[in-house]
Amino acid sequence: MRKALALFAFVGFAIILLAVSVSIRPFGKPTHTGMDSYFIEHAQKQVSANNVVTSIVFDYRGFDTLGEATVLFTAVAGAMMALRRRGVSR
Amino acid sequence: MTTEIIKVTTRLLEPLILTFGAYVIIHGHLTPGGGFQGGAVFASGLILLMVACERKVMAERFKKAPLGFLESIGALGFLGMASLGLMGYTFFKNVIANSGFPVFGSRTPIGINPGFLNTGGTLAYMNIFVGMKVLTGLTSIVLVFFILYRGEENE
Repeated sequence: MRKALALFAFVGFAIILLAVSVSIRPFGKPTHTGMDSYFIEHAQKQVSANNVVTSIVFDYRGFDTLGEATVLFTAVAGAMMALRRRGVSR
Repeated sequence: MTTEIIKVTTRLLEPLILTFGAYVIIHGHLTPGGGFQGGAVFASGLILLMVACERKVMAERFKKAPLGFLESIGALGFLGMASLGLMGYTFFKNVIANSGFPVFGSRTPIGINPGFLNTGGTLAYMNIFVGMKVLTGLTSIVLVFFILYRGEENE
């Protein structure tokens, strides 16, 4: 029963992934190019950065980086709180 | 855990790793990488130092390091640089870019250029602050685990 289920899942996923890989778009030709072209053309003028990725991460989409920094801060605070040395009991 | 091989390798590689991490952080607006990546590289160098040292030496060296203070400075500095955009614009507006401010404020040439360090506006400041925050955060996490593990080993 379990082997039959595994075989069924394997064949099903293989067929789906093969169909997707056949019908995928060619490399370097995205569906929508408006936003990419805007970033590439305006990054040096508006943000004054050669690195377009950094200009997106820190300027155009800065709130994402803010949330990421908050996640890291929360992780550090949680690790410190859970693993702190209990001075009274030792 | 600490062997001669690790000690000698650390002695050779430590300056290179720390220099590369600082380079990735400071050149974040010109070359691939940025605050997060450079901070991770720098933290891996400090973790290598932690592994290579004896426990007493490591505890002495890292006891006085203000890791939590530096991480708070990084977070507050990032928020402060973002709030600079509220001077007439919106949050996260890059007000220093192309404005002629002496530090990181000169004008970027449009088109293909070799990359000048004195550009980028708030991006460069944010890279430095985020790099400081990430390197102290990762280092303090690993330091806590390390002290916990070594403490239980000695008992």
